[in-house]
Amino acid sequence: MSNLSLLERFQSNRHALGYAFMVPAALLLIGLLAYPLGLGTWLGFTDAKIGRPGEWIGLENFSYLLTDSVFLLSVFNTLFYTIVASIFKFLLGLWLALLLNKNLPFQSFFRAVVLLPWIVPTALSAIAFWWLYDSQFSVLSWTLVKLGLIDTYIDFLGEPWLARMSVIIANVWRGIPFVAISLLAGLQTISPSYYEAASIDGATPWQQFRYITMPLLTPIIAVVMTFSVLFTFTDFQLIYVLTRGGPLNATHLMATLAFQRAIPGGSMGEGAAIATMMVPLLLAAIMFSYFGLQRRAWQQGADK
Amino acid sequence: MKNLSRREFIGTGAAVAGASAVGSYSPLTMAQTPSLSYKPEAGAKLRVLRWKRFVQGDEDQFMANVAAFSKATGVEVRVDNEGWEDVRPKAAVTANVGSGPDMIMGWFDDPFQYPTKLLDVTELCTYLGNKYGGWYDVSKQYGTLNNKWISVPWAIIANAMVYRESHMKAAGFDTMPKDTAGFLKLCQAMKAKGTPAGFALGKAVGDGNNWVHWLLWSHGGKLVDDKGNVVVNSPETIAALEYAAELYKTFVPGTLSWQDPNNNKAFLDGQISLTANGISVYYAAKTSQDPKMQEMAQDIQHAHFPVGPVGKPMELMQITQMMLFSHTKFPNATKELARWLMEAEQYNPWLEKSIGYGAQTLKAYDKNPIWTSDPKAKVYGEGPAMMTYHGNSGPLGAASAACLADYIVLDMVAEASSGNKTPKEAAARAAERAKRYYKS
Repeated sequence: MSNLSLLERFQSNRHALGYAFMVPAALLLIGLLAYPLGLGTWLGFTDAKIGRPGEWIGLENFSYLLTDSVFLLSVFNTLFYTIVASIFKFLLGLWLALLLNKNLPFQSFFRAVVLLPWIVPTALSAIAFWWLYDSQFSVLSWTLVKLGLIDTYIDFLGEPWLARMSVIIANVWRGIPFVAISLLAGLQTISPSYYEAASIDGATPWQQFRYITMPLLTPIIAVVMTFSVLFTFTDFQLIYVLTRGGPLNATHLMATLAFQRAIPGGSMGEGAAIATMMVPLLLAAIMFSYFGLQRRAWQQGADK
Repeated sequence: MKNLSRREFIGTGAAVAGASAVGSYSPLTMAQTPSLSYKPEAGAKLRVLRWKRFVQGDEDQFMANVAAFSKATGVEVRVDNEGWEDVRPKAAVTANVGSGPDMIMGWFDDPFQYPTKLLDVTELCTYLGNKYGGWYDVSKQYGTLNNKWISVPWAIIANAMVYRESHMKAAGFDTMPKDTAGFLKLCQAMKAKGTPAGFALGKAVGDGNNWVHWLLWSHGGKLVDDKGNVVVNSPETIAALEYAAELYKTFVPGTLSWQDPNNNKAFLDGQISLTANGISVYYAAKTSQDPKMQEMAQDIQHAHFPVGPVGKPMELMQITQMMLFSHTKFPNATKELARWLMEAEQYNPWLEKSIGYGAQTLKAYDKNPIWTSDPKAKVYGEGPAMMTYHGNSGPLGAASAACLADYIVLDMVAEASSGNKTPKEAAARAAERAKRYYKS
């Protein structure tokens, strides 16, 4: 032993070497993920302004936010936006995946086309929707007026509930391809022999879907919907281009409000607090889709 | 050596008067014309960050002025452009980190958020004020803190009522009403004629904020008093909001969703005949190749905002200042660049090429031909004298910036206009929100 140098001993020690190999990855994770997250959380407990480091003020930002009508509205908007958009994205995405899983002519062409909304940068597609929803130049309103179905242009982004639905539609349009293509990948992993066996047993298409497709697809659904909910919950660009949170703050999401307060408004601490308050909600959403949808029993086809 | 590289100040003393007697100017005038220049540090290189131009001429002339500066002084200048709303966070980070551009063209109360990070430009601004007829009141408000100049007010993005003259006449008005009561009648009459007004009530940073502050102030309401106490929940504010609700009924549908570009598009498309905007609507029509647009340009007129119960003009516009950061390695070169850009030889052509989009911050530049060559630009040239600072009448700083960025006044007017809330509720909510920022 004594004739080995320190370096040689290090090189021949599996444990030490193992940790050494993990250092670069750990540094990346700590430096690029953990540190910014920790800093953001810490900022939420300070009164930092842009251009001025803050002082620790404890829970003051949070207790103020709980009384702030604009913030509470943004929480409602975020939940509404996420839940409604995710449900539609899931249903339409699954439907599209099932269609694409059939043997269609030009199959790969269709599969590629479906991905388009996902590929186009959000800011671009948002601008397209902005024109579609314009209060004076909307081609949708124009068409309906020309068809004689309505008299006045629809105020897509000017009426609070209409605006909420309009931004949700834009988000769903953009988010479907991700859900559809991922679920399609899941569908293709299901062995056709199950379906053959089922049809020999006389199972209806609905029964096949209910007792073969769904249980086998559930793990994929859990992952896909977790991501889909995450993307929707933290959506920013679409809202920022379409409405910036208007009209009357009806489409302000927590992400857009956090930005508005932190960057243009300069209240870093408060913006960080809003962003931090997204974390528990996000965790809850992830827990739900992850554990809720991954129950083993259901996966194995049991009724309970 | 150190002494040599420091700024070189040539006083207004007899030496100048004597040396200038050669020229054809009267010695008296020359003796009174102050002179100042800074000697750039050897090997100085500067970085400037400015907002991306709204009109091409601005950028072209600005770059020409900068190039001339480099040629005259040997100082290399790199100019970066950023979208105008992105400048604010970048400037704040620059101030915070203590490195980055040497000079940034910021907006509104930016300098007041980090006054200690900026060079003292009192000497430069005093000189410019003396030489060019003095600073407008609003320039002083945005440039000085405790009688010390912390930024060099560069330009004001003037704002005015833009209307179709023929449509106003058709509605039975020969001239633009000068008071808010008459203005409401005009809007009602124009609505009845099918040529309505439209003012942005969405999250329109410029066009939205400008007119709602006029609305509030012209009725005597304001967010805070001189000491920064929130006083927005007042009878004057309620009166303003009741007026807003009446005015809103005369607008074209959809204004609640309008962002900055919407009123320009709607006006040029003939869907509205009255709005508030910079000079851009007029120039878009004037420079268009389309004969219909040319015809519209003939019909477009500009006016100041009507005066409300307070009895004096209360208008909000955008102001941009040069912020010179104290972290610069080349303070003299930075100051010299600021001086260079503000001097008549550079500023006048720049103002002219900006076709009235930017207006002067120094009074002498109101003689610039841009305001007279086209009579329709005159109103914008008078803008700086009309402008009230957005923090009216409290102190400028983080609180005034936060309230403006959080659209507190705009939301209040939008809520009351649309009937989403009663004027009382809207004012109470605005007060609650403003107190958050003006708490201490």
